[in-house]
Amino acid sequence: MIRVFAALVRRDVRLASRVGGSGALSLVFFLMIVALVPFALGPDLNLLSRIGPSILWLSAVLATLIGLDRIFQADEEDGSLDLMTASPAPLELVVLAKVLAHWLTTGLPLALASPLFGLLVALSPTAMGATALTLLIGTPALTFIGAVGAALTASIRRGGLILAIVVLPLMIPTLIFGVSAAESALGGTVPFATPLTILGALSLIAAVVGTLASAAALRWSE
Amino acid sequence: MRLIVENLACRRSGRRIFAGLGFALGAGEALMVTGRNGAGKSSLLAMLAGRLKPDAGAIRIEEVGDATLAECLHVVGHRDGLKSALTAEENLLFARDLLGAPAACPRDALEAMGLVHALRLPVGYLSAGQRRRVALARLLVCHRPLWLLDEPTAALDTASQGALAGLMARHRAEGGLVIAATHMPIGLDDVRELRIGLPSPAEDAVQAEDWT
Repeated sequence: MIRVFAALVRRDVRLASRVGGSGALSLVFFLMIVALVPFALGPDLNLLSRIGPSILWLSAVLATLIGLDRIFQADEEDGSLDLMTASPAPLELVVLAKVLAHWLTTGLPLALASPLFGLLVALSPTAMGATALTLLIGTPALTFIGAVGAALTASIRRGGLILAIVVLPLMIPTLIFGVSAAESALGGTVPFATPLTILGALSLIAAVVGTLASAAALRWSE
Repeated sequence: MRLIVENLACRRSGRRIFAGLGFALGAGEALMVTGRNGAGKSSLLAMLAGRLKPDAGAIRIEEVGDATLAECLHVVGHRDGLKSALTAEENLLFARDLLGAPAACPRDALEAMGLVHALRLPVGYLSAGQRRRVALARLLVCHRPLWLLDEPTAALDTASQGALAGLMARHRAEGGLVIAATHMPIGLDDVRELRIGLPSPAEDAVQAEDWT
């Protein structure tokens, strides 16, 4: 079991880092959106630093969608999914490994790079740290929710748009608590830990429900 | 191992493809599935592989302990399950870890298919026939009793077809089973043939009515 899990994670991380992988792409996309916002709003540093955490979170949600549609679709198209069905490990474990690998190559770099991108929207050091921490805890929820959509649209050609429409509404709770946690670190009546623990709970729930739902959607794709 | 298929029916997108299909296959036996294009050869293999739900009927295995059918089989089909960005060796190592029951190492498996020079080449650089040979080498990296082959000789040159015939003969001599969907002889001796024909029109009409 561990061997299968490790093999899957290793393969997907390796694939993401090779030519045509989506590893760096979502990070660049994240940078693009964050960089575009100051151009749209103008160089008002007070305004930027006030809405900075929201911008980073919104960009993270959009960047998560990049490459998400290929998690299962690529394997469905070239027959790797048939191979995975034949594995002695349950499909849930396969899904968990693939989603984890996807998060390691998209969500994690995004959270780690967010303090740097916070500079573009004039965040204070506290806000940078808080936003990075909320992204680290919250992006797994985004990836797992997205995985359900990816599994549902795995056999649909050009399913990326449908995927975005299906999963974006489901990401709203994560977005709300992510932003409110990041902002509560800057002051306000709510202590930082309250929204943060709810965010953690959302990630854990998404990990369980997302894994089971994706596996069920893949099992009988027709 | 023994594979028993009873009264199997297949329906795709509401249309009955075939019905009443049955066969039993024991250790060392081989089955050649033939039929016109669209008769349901690949659908039958997909059902055996557990990727498609049978509309009716049962698929059973015996004499394998508590292993499920999916854990007993190898599939090599049109979609070869190889990642273009990974080398042949990485692809085979991944398959070996994923499927368990390791047998030959990737180098030996590729050597058996005469493709050892492609060990460290990304699969994307290989031709269609070479890709197929890498996919066939997967049969050798783990030990599984049932081989499901969909048009295994497509894109293969004569020498590789001979190598494949040798592999299948050896596999059967060791008590393995081979089911191949094909249009032409693929070098299996003493093979049984399952011809998938059209479902009878009357039954088809009834089923279609059911569905609407």
